[in-house]
Amino acid sequence: MTDCDYLRPDNLEETLGLLKEHGPRATLIAGGTDVMVKIKNTKKPPEVLVSIRGLKDLKYIEKRSGYHIGALTTHRMLEQSELVKAELSALHDGASRVGSVQVRNVATLGGNICNAAPSADTAGPLLVLDALVFMEGPEGKRSVPITEFFTGTYKTVLKKDEVLTEIQIPAEMEHFGSAYWKHSRRKAMNLPILGIAVSVKLDGEIIADARIALTVAAPTPVRAYKAEAFLKGKPMGDEALNETGKIAASTECCTLRDSLRGEAWYRREIIEAYVPRMARLAAERIAQRRSK
Amino acid sequence: MKKVSVSFTLNGNTVTAEVPVIWTLLKTLREYFELTGAKEGCGVGECGACTVILDGEAINSCLCPIPEVEGKSVTTIEGLANEDGTLHPLQEAFLKNNGVQCGFCTSGMLMSSKALLDQNPDPTEDDIRTSIAGNFCRCTGYVQIVESIEMAAKESK
Repeated sequence: MTDCDYLRPDNLEETLGLLKEHGPRATLIAGGTDVMVKIKNTKKPPEVLVSIRGLKDLKYIEKRSGYHIGALTTHRMLEQSELVKAELSALHDGASRVGSVQVRNVATLGGNICNAAPSADTAGPLLVLDALVFMEGPEGKRSVPITEFFTGTYKTVLKKDEVLTEIQIPAEMEHFGSAYWKHSRRKAMNLPILGIAVSVKLDGEIIADARIALTVAAPTPVRAYKAEAFLKGKPMGDEALNETGKIAASTECCTLRDSLRGEAWYRREIIEAYVPRMARLAAERIAQRRSK
Repeated sequence: MKKVSVSFTLNGNTVTAEVPVIWTLLKTLREYFELTGAKEGCGVGECGACTVILDGEAINSCLCPIPEVEGKSVTTIEGLANEDGTLHPLQEAFLKNNGVQCGFCTSGMLMSSKALLDQNPDPTEDDIRTSIAGNFCRCTGYVQIVESIEMAAKESK
C-alpha cells in the first residue's frame, strides 16, 4: 500500500482551502464506508485524504420553512428521527435499509448521494421529495435540484474543489405522503435489485400530484415522469395505479437490464407491482399523519 | 510510511498509538495493542466481526481510519468483562444459551448487542435482530444469539 496524508480540517473554510491546495490529488472522506472499501479493494489510497468528519456544523435535521438536512447527517440519525419518519417517510424507509447499524452509524446522507451508485437507497426518496442539493466551493455557494445532480453511474455535478453541504426539501412536501421500497433478497446487508419511491398529494380521493423514482433501473437514479403525468388527476384506485405501474416499467421511464442481481423481465414485474403498492402506502401515511 | 500519533481512551485507559496514517482502527487494535478479540472477516464492513463501540455507537473498526479515533472512546470485547474477571451479563447469557459455536462472530455480536442494550435496555425482538443484522454468523446460530440477548436484557433489569 502506498503512502497517504490524512488531513482533518475543523471547518468548511479550511476544507475548501485544502481542496484547492491539493487539487486532484485530494479525495474527500466523510463516514468512509464507501471510500475505505474502495481503498481496500484497489490497494491504492489517494495521495491526500481530506476528512470532513470533524465538521460538526454539517450534522443536523431541521424544519424551518422547509426541511434542512446537513450533508454529514448519518443514516442512523435519519432512521431515528421522528420528524423524518412522519413527514419525509420515504427518506426514513431508504436510510433505515442501508447496510447495518454499524454502517448507518457512520455513513452520511451526503456521502450516499456523492458516491452516486445507481442503487443508492436515499436517492429515490430524495427524488420524490424534490430535494435541492447545496454545494460550496471557491466560487461560493450553489444549488441544483436532485434531478440534475446525478450525471452518470458514480458521477455527479459536484466539482473536485466543492463540498456538498446541505440537502433541502421544500416546505410544500409537507402535504405529500411518501414511501420507498428496496427490493432485495435479504432484509439487511444487501444492495437493492430495484428501488421504488413514490410521493403523492391527495385532494379527497383524487391524486392531485405525484412523483415516482426508480433506482437500479437506469445508469442513474431516475424520475418516471410519464408515469407521474398519467397518475396526476386520477382517482386513487387499482385501475389508475396499475396502469401507472405499467408505464413506469416501460422503456418510456427506464432502461432495465439483466445483471447478476436480477434480470430485466423480473425488474419490470417488480416495478409494475410495487409502484401501486408504494403509492397506496404513501397515501395511507397522509391519513395516518392527519389522524394523529 | 507516514505515521500518526493518536491518543484515545481504550477500554477505560488513556492510550497513544504511533501507527501508519493509513491504518484502520481494527489493524491498530490487533497489531499495535495486540487485542485480537475484534476479528477481520471481510475487511469491507459487511460481516461485523470487527465491531467495536466508538463513543457509544457500534461501528465496523475495519472501516474506521485511525486518525478519526483521536480523543474518542473505544470499547472492545476485551473491555466487556469486569476487571475481576466476572463476565458481562451478555457474555453469561451467550454461554447459557449456546450463543457461541465457532466463536468467530461472537465478539462482534457481543459489541453490537452491548451498544443496543446501552441505548435501549428493553429491546423488542425486532430491535435485537436489527442491531445484529450486520453481524454474520456462518454457523447459522442466530436463534440462540437472539435468545441470549433477550435473556441478558431481562436479567439486567
